[in-house]
Amino acid sequence: MFDVNEIRKDFPILDRKINGNPLIYMDNAATTQKPKKVINALVEYYEQYNANVHRGVHTLSMEATEKFEEARNKIANFINAEIPESIIWTRNASESLNLVSHSWGNANISEGDEILLTPMEHHSNLVPWQEIAREKGAKIRFIPMHEDGTLDISDIGKVLNHRTKLVSVVHMSNALGTINPVKVLGDYAHSVGAKFLVDGAQSVPHMVTDVQDIKCDFLVFSGHKMMGPTGIGALYVDMETLETMEPIYTGGEMVLEVTYEKASWADLPMRFEAGTPNIADVIALGHAVDYLTFLGMDNVCEYEERLTKYAMEKFADLEPMGVHLFGPTDPGKKGGILSFNASDVHPHDLGTLLDRMGIAIRTGHHCAMPLVRSLGVSATARASFYVYNTTQEVDALVDGVIEAMRYFGHGSE
Amino acid sequence: MAQNDIDEIYRDKIILDHCRNPRNQSHLRSPDKIGKAVNPFCGDEVHLEMNFDIDGNVSEVCVTSEGCAINQASSSILSESVKGADLKDMLKLHRKFTSIMKGDVKADSMDKTFLNELSAMYSVRKFPVRIKCVLLSWSALYQIVSEA
Repeated sequence: MFDVNEIRKDFPILDRKINGNPLIYMDNAATTQKPKKVINALVEYYEQYNANVHRGVHTLSMEATEKFEEARNKIANFINAEIPESIIWTRNASESLNLVSHSWGNANISEGDEILLTPMEHHSNLVPWQEIAREKGAKIRFIPMHEDGTLDISDIGKVLNHRTKLVSVVHMSNALGTINPVKVLGDYAHSVGAKFLVDGAQSVPHMVTDVQDIKCDFLVFSGHKMMGPTGIGALYVDMETLETMEPIYTGGEMVLEVTYEKASWADLPMRFEAGTPNIADVIALGHAVDYLTFLGMDNVCEYEERLTKYAMEKFADLEPMGVHLFGPTDPGKKGGILSFNASDVHPHDLGTLLDRMGIAIRTGHHCAMPLVRSLGVSATARASFYVYNTTQEVDALVDGVIEAMRYFGHGSE
Repeated sequence: MAQNDIDEIYRDKIILDHCRNPRNQSHLRSPDKIGKAVNPFCGDEVHLEMNFDIDGNVSEVCVTSEGCAINQASSSILSESVKGADLKDMLKLHRKFTSIMKGDVKADSMDKTFLNELSAMYSVRKFPVRIKCVLLSWSALYQIVSEA
């Protein structure tokens, strides 16, 4: 296991003071902080070998291309994809999902078909399917959910059938932290001949991801939630499926041969990467993956689980004061995300008060409006952890919540 | 904790008073005009209802708001500040108040038609992300006055 105090030294931003207090960053489900190594990789590219990829014969272009493709290898290894060609660079998980819906979805979803989702999807894994369902006359169905925010798959046959063309599920809920049983769900999907998509935006940064073990046909995730830069994400597609898919963007870099009349497509995965790609951020994401691999994803997962367990115990002590935790009660069934409400303090007011103490949390509906509404609230406060968070920081969060409640309870005195 | 900044908002007597005892918080049986506003960022909602007298002045106003303390207080203060005003007055009030909150107009340029209590919201300007909590009820008002 690693030493959290050593890790913290790798993140320059953690030295910042917010309103006079040391920064306690607990908004990692929104985006994570970047280690020096990742920041340096960006600078190094622009200072040392900035050039376009896949086309130049000069040294800089060759260096850039090598580093660019090296990053694809790193990502492929990180999620245990068989070959790097199954990784397509996108801007983020949302763009990856849109690529799947516009390319694969457009060609394979027809009238009367069904798309099966969970009630805890981020808008990014809901809205694209709503759109394609509307265009094609298909239907969206949802796997039932228990009150604690875990899926109820005991009667999945009621929502899964031969009309189901796609089962698309979030691996770890960004709003509740729930970890869904993707292996089981993948087997169910394939048993009726449906494709299986996993939204790994919250899981890939925090636990071991093995696409061959999960047997997913698609995996989407974002770089910035796993210590990488913003603006870079990835789509993994099983090669057999990928070979049948048509590009949605056309133009430069994605073609083999072009005449004035027509064009033929380049090999995979370039066919899906029209235009000059986000070279610097791809390379920097490769360095983020190096860093996570160095820490060991098993260690990352274990550390966060311990921290979450600690935090949940602390929050349980606040229950009598009116602090309510949403989501699974078993820390083994969830990731490092605490979604909670404090009675008499609206999440927004709580967020503002905690910020004055240097504590960054997210408040609102977490881009999962239907889910948060189903909890009977309009918003929750959410603290989400990463490897650089400490038990002392959790204590500070708990003290902050107590102080905020006291503040509101006795504000006029 | 930077008590002073926070005090300006959350310990302001006017804000706290309106937050805890919101004024005009009910529904009109058959309102002449209705304005609604939702902040999709946080799910906060404001529902504003008005009746007008024969001269076109606000005779009754009701507001229900769901959301944070700042939204609650702002809705309540707004409801008090429009009583007796006509649509033109309210449009003027809306323009001026939102300009001040957004920092386009200095607060001291206010004229005396303003209720003192409105100025309690000015301290929120220090927290840009929360300004929209103040302005949500004003969006509901704008719906009513822009229909004219």
